Amino acid sequence: MRLEDKLYLDGYKTDETGGSHLAIKDTSVCDLCVLKQCLYVCACSVYEQNESNGRIEINYAACVECGSCRIACDNIDWHYPRGGFGIAYKFG
Amino acid sequence: MSTKLKYDVIVVGAGPAGLAAAIVLARAGVRVVVFERGRLPGSKNVMGGVFYSDCMKDIVDEFPGGAPVERHIIDQRIWILDQDSSVGFNHKNELFNQKPYNCHTVFRAKFDRWLAGEAEKAGALIINSTVVKEALVENGKVIGVKTGRPQGEVYANCVIAADGVNSLFAKSLGLRRKIEPEDVAIAVKEVIGLDEQIINDRFNVKSGEGATIEMTGSYFNGEAMAFLYTNKKSVSLGVGMILKDVINNKINPNNLIEHLKRHPSVAPLIEGGQTKEFLAHLIPEGGYKAMPKLVGNGVMIAGDAAMMVDAIHREGSNLAITSGKLAAETYIEVSEQGDFSKKSLSRYVKKLQDSFVLQDLKKYKGVPGLLQTNKDLLLQYPKLLNQAAFEMLNVDGTSKKDKEKLIWKNVKQEIGIGHLGRDLFKLWRNMG
Ligand SMILES: Cc1cc2nc3c(=O)[nH]c(=O)nc-3n(C[C@H](O)[C@H](O)[C@H](O)COP(=O)(O)OP(=O)(O)OC[C@H]3O[C@@H](n4cnc5c(N)ncnc54)[C@H](O)[C@@H]3O)c2cc1C
Ligand code: SF4
Ligand code: SF4
Repeated sequence: MRLEDKLYLDGYKTDETGGSHLAIKDTSVCDLCVLKQCLYVCACSVYEQNESNGRIEINYAACVECGSCRIACDNIDWHYPRGGFGIAYKFG
Repeated sequence: MSTKLKYDVIVVGAGPAGLAAAIVLARAGVRVVVFERGRLPGSKNVMGGVFYSDCMKDIVDEFPGGAPVERHIIDQRIWILDQDSSVGFNHKNELFNQKPYNCHTVFRAKFDRWLAGEAEKAGALIINSTVVKEALVENGKVIGVKTGRPQGEVYANCVIAADGVNSLFAKSLGLRRKIEPEDVAIAVKEVIGLDEQIINDRFNVKSGEGATIEMTGSYFNGEAMAFLYTNKKSVSLGVGMILKDVINNKINPNNLIEHLKRHPSVAPLIEGGQTKEFLAHLIPEGGYKAMPKLVGNGVMIAGDAAMMVDAIHREGSNLAITSGKLAAETYIEVSEQGDFSKKSLSRYVKKLQDSFVLQDLKKYKGVPGLLQTNKDLLLQYPKLLNQAAFEMLNVDGTSKKDKEKLIWKNVKQEIGIGHLGRDLFKLWRNMG
């Protein structure tokens, strides 16, 4: 089963006005980062590398707020989404 | 009006720890408010989920009563997986079919909502969709919290931090060090819908009865624990791996669960099922040595926020409930003197030490380190065990004596007898 199809099953309330709860602190750190673990530790593949400019892009709407990326990389500025926004599991 | 909004106790997080605390407090007439960042309690929460009933004794009159439980567990299996094989052990017992049932599978989105309802009935106030941003501190004492709401400052005699594994609250107070990738496992889970009768047939149980399978072994490239639990009309399949191994071995957690689904012992059990939800959550597995300070001036920490998970026995929610309850009882006791200092609240630590919570966590304190530094235990031994089982069970004209020799030769080659003895000793010292 494809990840996109799995994420489609999940209930999210995306914070369109508040914007992303995730950010990169310093992009120059990413340029020098060899492992780029953000690209694979996330179960939802929220982080992707832009093919043309090499920048890390964050699709925050797919985040289920597990916190793995926060612990895996100090260069990620991690917050909870605003109250009531983000993932809302039906089963849990 | 500019009067301060003040309660007796503020609880951060409406998970099992926070809600148990709220119920015990409210029932004693304490004015308690619970802040929950999810739209509803449970909407952010994940577990396998086997919930042990015993901890509910002092929380509700009768359990499960009206609680949303799925199946009571009567058959528990442990499988050691290698690439195309598994070696297993199971325990099925009619004693587990007698009331009160020892444990049930649950869905946290439903369970936490129900428990929050019990807290409200007891008189607690639950405020959803509200993130607690930080503690309000005055003269070194926590006097309240700042929420994400406008004018969101709320004051109390004491704050109970029950904000789960990421516990940004405990961190902001300096009560714990940074969580390291070896302290947590990232777990992914799928709820897979299946017909009730199909589940009964495949797991050899009747309606209402359930089975659980815990899995580990060399099938996973890292320190991993997987599970397959039966619900009424679905199964919960999941796998968690220590984040450090995920990083070092370049593993994607979604690929890890897809890999698990393909194992020949797992695939037939979920065949034809329809995934209904995909979930990911951290499990605090650092154990006793990674626990934060449990009390500060005006604050106590309970549940996952305090790393209270016994990963070996897949227990977490019951430690959360028990610690939340003990924090509440501590508050009730010390409020007679009105002293909420760290020294006074340290009664909470004493209560935890006297309960199974700290006793169990202490007993297994060496295990996380042992598994991190002795990768053989999880990678080579499972392979050897599977090979040995195959040799003994596969009839091919070789005598049993020669097969035994072959097995020992494998052990010697892969591990060495001296090493085997040392490993078994270490394992016995840490687990026994
Ligand atoms: C995949 C998986 C399988 C598991 N299996 C089992 C099992 O089979 N049996 C078992 O007993 N345990 C199991 N556990 C462990 C169990 O889920 C936890 O130990 C338990 O949920 C801990 O309860 P808690 O109340 O401490 O934390 P949580 O349940 O995490 O609750 C914390 C609450 O606080 C809220 N919150 C966090 N920060 C804030 C904030 N700043 N402001 C407002 N609200 C906030 C969260 O939204 C959440 O509702 C499992 C865990 C996982 C991830
Ligand atoms: S976000 Fe972190 S892990 Fe990802 S590229 Fe940047 S520094 Fe590396
Ligand atoms: S918190 Fe979890 S789901 Fe969200 S981006 Fe980080 S790793 Fe991915």
